[in-house]
Amino acid sequence: MLPYILRRIVSTLPVMAIVALFVFSLLYIAPGDPAVVIAGDQASPEDVERIRQSLGLDRPFLIQFGSWVWRILHGDLGTSIFTNLPVSTMIGQRLGPTLSLMCVTLLLTIAVAVPLGVVAAWKAGSFIDRAIMAFAVFGFSLPVFVVGYVLAYVFALELEWLPVQGYTPLTEGFWPWLQNLILPAIALGCVYIALVARITRATMLEVLQQDYIRTARAKGMGQGGILFIHALKNAAVPIVTVIGIGIALLIGGAVVTESVFAIPGLGRLTIDAILRRDYPVIQGIVLLFSFVYVLVNLMIDVTYTLVDPRIRY
Amino acid sequence: MALLEVENLQTHFRTPSGINRAVDGVSFHVNEGETLAIVGESGCGKSVTSMSLMRLIPEPPGRIAGAIRFAGKDLLKLSDREMRAIRGNDISMIFQEPMTSLNPVLTVGRQIRETLMIHQGLDQQAAEAHAIEMLTLVGIPEPKRRVREYPHQLSGGMRQRVMIAIALACNPKLLIADEPTTALDVTIQAQILKLMLDLKSRVGAAIILITHDLGVVAEIAERVMVMYAGRKVEEAPVAELFRSPRHPYTQGLLGAVPRLGSSLTGAARRLAEIPGQVPDLRKPITGCVFAGRCALATDLCRQYAPGLEEKAPRHIAACHYSAKGAIAA
Repeated sequence: MLPYILRRIVSTLPVMAIVALFVFSLLYIAPGDPAVVIAGDQASPEDVERIRQSLGLDRPFLIQFGSWVWRILHGDLGTSIFTNLPVSTMIGQRLGPTLSLMCVTLLLTIAVAVPLGVVAAWKAGSFIDRAIMAFAVFGFSLPVFVVGYVLAYVFALELEWLPVQGYTPLTEGFWPWLQNLILPAIALGCVYIALVARITRATMLEVLQQDYIRTARAKGMGQGGILFIHALKNAAVPIVTVIGIGIALLIGGAVVTESVFAIPGLGRLTIDAILRRDYPVIQGIVLLFSFVYVLVNLMIDVTYTLVDPRIRY
Repeated sequence: MALLEVENLQTHFRTPSGINRAVDGVSFHVNEGETLAIVGESGCGKSVTSMSLMRLIPEPPGRIAGAIRFAGKDLLKLSDREMRAIRGNDISMIFQEPMTSLNPVLTVGRQIRETLMIHQGLDQQAAEAHAIEMLTLVGIPEPKRRVREYPHQLSGGMRQRVMIAIALACNPKLLIADEPTTALDVTIQAQILKLMLDLKSRVGAAIILITHDLGVVAEIAERVMVMYAGRKVEEAPVAELFRSPRHPYTQGLLGAVPRLGSSLTGAARRLAEIPGQVPDLRKPITGCVFAGRCALATDLCRQYAPGLEEKAPRHIAACHYSAKGAIAA
């Protein structure tokens, strides 16, 4: 097991290298000259040239790439062009809200989507099944920002149950932290819940046809035990896979959700950085998200071995 | 006194092309400690009969009617909860497919423990100890290690032994074995049959053995019921049935059994087959269900269904002609 995990970590290196190359090339692919942008409207050509040199933009591509990678490997993600703060510091400041949002959304999704999918499969073809699947199609089709604004309008502005916007760190208490995250998590989770519920239903439908489910019934097991122990554990591999793939949805959705609910997280930082063409920050964030995604997929592969004893690495 | 009395069992399935009468008016009984074999070819309704007894038929599309009296109680009138208390406890079942009948992601021990914890109220430890005992009983070596293993770590024969251990864990009064040896090697088949017989005499359970293997029937059954197209066509004590089958279908079945050595003794004999196919159970059948394939069928057979009649003591068959000795083998 441990050798497998180590091997997998090593095998992520090429992936990360390609991501790094792509991220670095952004600077060249994107239109506009960062040196001109930073220098501002009033700058003379000499000023622009000076800035270009100080950023190393005048050097050959591979040299620039090499020294960039070298610095990253030493934990230096560069310095923001806009704020002059180290990128790692800026990311560090914004990590908390985004991680909180993603974790709450993930837990909410699992807690809602899996039972919904299981019930839909159990009652396949019934009114409940149809209602759940209709809800899933609906949830899948609505853009995050629409759901977000509607939720904020209804539950925050009209009913005043929850705050409209903002973020409170966990250090200031669990409930203040959570109440700011409930609406964003529902908005962000809609698509995710729909996706996971559908996969859960489809996989469970197949599993419920299996001989061992009949055996469980013949033993006198109750419906709950059959669904959630005998069937769900067998359906777990595809469900876990989709939950993992969905992390990518969360990362993309977090950018929009944080804007809607004014959460000072990485999503907001990403948008700000893009608008300011703050390339070091953009690169740092994309690199971080890619790394998280690769890591999550590794964790999922390891999870397989926990739910299915036939999978051994 | 009969342990199980089945009266006019009808299990029908609604299908897009009509109602499939998989089991259509079957009655039989099983005495305490007795072994009844139900034989017939694929699709004759023998498995559906056994699943109906346990009420394991999904409803809808299935529908079970008639009466299934077990120890005096009509199982068809019980609530789901009451039925669950009977399944695995008073009546348990062994299935045909040992490779797929065990849950692949749960340990063998857990799967045996469950039934003990549901029905006997044992705690985890007591159930574990009993599970190990059961594995020993069904002849699995190193039960303490095996109890923690998963089904894929066991061979087909071992898995069927585990199934038997699960089925017998709560000392059921009735064991339904649906083709328990069909999927196994011949050598393993004999072992499993012997095991079932040993355990039967130990626990005193009655057995309903569903099979199409007449060799198995001859070896372990006391009474045989022959099914065809969802109906009972003949029933007799095993020796009587093999000696003088009264229904042409049963005779056909017996003729279709290959015998070793017949070609060596010079008495080479072509394996007899029953021509034709089982009738479509979605269409109403007038006359004898077997008429379409029966060499002796007459207009009488095609128009009037023969009732079950006692042709000899304890030997009943549904054939217009068998009593007249016209088809005595």
